[in-house]
Amino acid sequence: MMFQRRPSSDPLWKDEFSVQAADERYVNRRQFSKFLVLTSFGLLVGNLWILIRSLRHRAPVYPAVPIARLGEIPIGGVKQFRYPDAGDTCLMIRTAPDHYVAYSQKCTHLSCAVIYSQVNNRLECPCHDGYFSVNDGRVLQGPPPRPLPKVMLEQRGDELVAVGIDLNAEG
Amino acid sequence: MEHHQPPIQKRGLTAIDGAMSLIVILLMVQMWLLTTALEALLAGHRETALPAALISAAIFGACLVLFLFVDKIDKEVRRR
Ligand code: FES
Repeated sequence: MMFQRRPSSDPLWKDEFSVQAADERYVNRRQFSKFLVLTSFGLLVGNLWILIRSLRHRAPVYPAVPIARLGEIPIGGVKQFRYPDAGDTCLMIRTAPDHYVAYSQKCTHLSCAVIYSQVNNRLECPCHDGYFSVNDGRVLQGPPPRPLPKVMLEQRGDELVAVGIDLNAEG
Repeated sequence: MEHHQPPIQKRGLTAIDGAMSLIVILLMVQMWLLTTALEALLAGHRETALPAALISAAIFGACLVLFLFVDKIDKEVRRR
């Protein structure tokens, strides 16, 4: 096999640590090529892991969690809440008298917490100036590669209830 | 010293260097593929994972073939 030593009459040390300068160039290159091929194998394993993850993916089931009462926050106001888990902070913003939106607070670039800027009417990430639209969470500027995950809200009686998360908040 | 090398040694080194450069270029494509597939997975687009894995496997195969070529040249030149 090519990753094993090829059959040779020379002892291993002579084959791998040649005393000939010209031969040593060959040994170095062959060993570096082997390292590159092993790196390529590692990258393939990464791609296969992604494939397995995507094949085994199940649609997550989100709980329905009451977030706020209608009119609890003023127009242009913000309420922070945790959804779906205690470690996932989100922001709900009242953009109009009867319009509420909610997004995950975790920036899709490097996970800094985004904040709502009422003056600019957008969500801003202070780390690298990534800006997101307050209407649909899409990226307006900066390095974030994806829109902010949108928390789906439902009105039940006089309560606003979080019922799920839409990763493709764009559009 | 380079000028003391017999021509066959020199030609062998040139061929190996060419093959190694190709492996490096293929590796860069494979790295890009991995980051793109991961980015797509995190964005909820799972349909890119299969083509990315297939192309990555093809690139690994090509790298392996190039390595076998390097090994063959090495064997041929050094056994002379
Ligand atoms: S972490 Fe938000 S822009 Fe970089």
